[in-house]
Amino acid sequence: MDLLTTARSPWGESIFIHISWSLFWAALVGGLLFLLAHGGYMLFSQHRKRPSAEVDQLERERAGLPAHITRHGFVARAFHWVMAVAMLTLLFTAFLPIVGVKFAWVQWHWMAGVLLTASVLFHIFHATFVLDFWSIWVGPKDIPELKLEMAREMGREDLPGPRPGKYPLGNRLYHLAVMVCGLIVIGTGIMMMWRVRTGIVERNPYLFSDITWGLTYVGHGLMGVGFVGLVIAHIYFALRPEKLWITKAMIFGTVTRREYLENHDPDRWVVNK
Amino acid sequence: MPAFELFQPASVSDALGVLNRHGADAWVMAGGNDTFDWLKDRIKKPKVVVDLSMINELHGIKDAGGGLEIGATTTLTTIANNPMVKERFPMLAQAALLVASPQIRNVSTVGGNVSQDARCWYYRAGWPCYRAGGNICYADTPTSINREHALFGADRCVAVNPSDTAPALVALDAQFVIKNGDAERVVSAEEFFIGPGIDITKLTSLQPGDLLTAIRIPSTFAGKAHFFEKVRDRQVWDFALVNIAASFNMAGASIGEARMVVNGVAATPYRLNAVEAFLRGKSRDKATAEAAADMAVEGAVPLKHNAYKIPLMKALVKRAIRGDAEWTS
Repeated sequence: MDLLTTARSPWGESIFIHISWSLFWAALVGGLLFLLAHGGYMLFSQHRKRPSAEVDQLERERAGLPAHITRHGFVARAFHWVMAVAMLTLLFTAFLPIVGVKFAWVQWHWMAGVLLTASVLFHIFHATFVLDFWSIWVGPKDIPELKLEMAREMGREDLPGPRPGKYPLGNRLYHLAVMVCGLIVIGTGIMMMWRVRTGIVERNPYLFSDITWGLTYVGHGLMGVGFVGLVIAHIYFALRPEKLWITKAMIFGTVTRREYLENHDPDRWVVNK
Repeated sequence: MPAFELFQPASVSDALGVLNRHGADAWVMAGGNDTFDWLKDRIKKPKVVVDLSMINELHGIKDAGGGLEIGATTTLTTIANNPMVKERFPMLAQAALLVASPQIRNVSTVGGNVSQDARCWYYRAGWPCYRAGGNICYADTPTSINREHALFGADRCVAVNPSDTAPALVALDAQFVIKNGDAERVVSAEEFFIGPGIDITKLTSLQPGDLLTAIRIPSTFAGKAHFFEKVRDRQVWDFALVNIAASFNMAGASIGEARMVVNGVAATPYRLNAVEAFLRGKSRDKATAEAAADMAVEGAVPLKHNAYKIPLMKALVKRAIRGDAEWTS
């Protein structure tokens, strides 16, 4: 089975034209299998909240904390949901025709792509100049947290649970994956705007060589099917019972003081009293 | 030609059995005029070819309550010469008569004519364009030769539907009978043709295993006012640059109901819905024709070399409304 589809250009070159759509099915099935495997594992896994007694102690020590703590401001939430709508539209318009639901998808797809691009550009600006830019990034400083997380996942519940700052390590790793896939899919998508009639740029399919175009389509396709798995995982975690407090925070903006103390290190995510 | 396994079933059920067994590997052949181009150029290499020419039940024209039912492999010559077609639907007889040359019409079938693939030469040359499963339209670039290509509905691919009988059948509100296994579905002529937005690799809604068995024309426009005209580069034998089919159900001197369809300007026969609505209650005079012609070309997006199709299409719309192929003013 070829994972990438090739063709011979009019100039006799062998060029990539797009990915094999079997990769879409692989991503879909892979995402669903992960969901099942993780769900099964979690049935037997310890809950990793801070113990109640410890939280009670912390609440007494930090009595000045507000009852509700803002986790995501309105602008950040608006960005998230706009991006979610754009992403789901992109995925459905891209892959429904592959699974046999035929409709005129291209216009919806590029329009959703423009919306995604605009929202990501806004997010970059907002995160850089308004939010705590480094709070979402992963770096060497996270290695101890990663080690502890892995050890506890392997059953070492005796180890002290690493208390994350504003974003848990899994959250930050997910953001990294989405960022890499997102920037590639947006970059290639912008290039592909020159291949369709949009009214935004003048169509010119000879803007790049056939080889460059081929790689563009392959990159776009690979990241697209990557997003199938990423979005399945994201929705799954958002709906998991122990994560619902995070999902609610993405809707309403706040977490309770107790949720904050149960799940975070107050010294790493400092809340202004 | 590349080697393939040839089946020559003698009945529709046998043909459907073969098509079901081989699915997307099977190629349905009627008259062979489209098929052999592809095969001899080694662009398409089907594993299995199902030749329908031996199936008698697919041939012939019969009365159907004042309308007609035409077998899918009825030849264009038969249609052009059939008295019932000429009397009830002269537009269809004329459309069939103007396809290609007499020799080709003798073997070409109506099913094949409506199901034939795009004639874009970039696609036919085997280049990896969108329609061939690739990621580019070679006919829509700054340097393309695209004189014959689309004005409307281009969605990455700018190929046009090349059929002459297709616009006539849409204008007559024909129904296409499609069988697949034990199932049968009937789709309107409009639904039968699909554009690149829906599926960029096909011109019709036929799926693997499908067999177009008949075309039913209702009596709605039987014996009414019809018009068909085809403009082509070579009068003796060529595909249409633009053709038009129109049927008018007159209410006295005014138009009661009209159906107007232009082909050669989009990937599907292009129905002039706005014009049809405009014509209701109007007389077939010069003022009506000119207003309708302007309306017909609204939304046209010409390519580098096909802008001439806009005035050509306007002229054909005017002539159709006047009912006079010689009318020029």
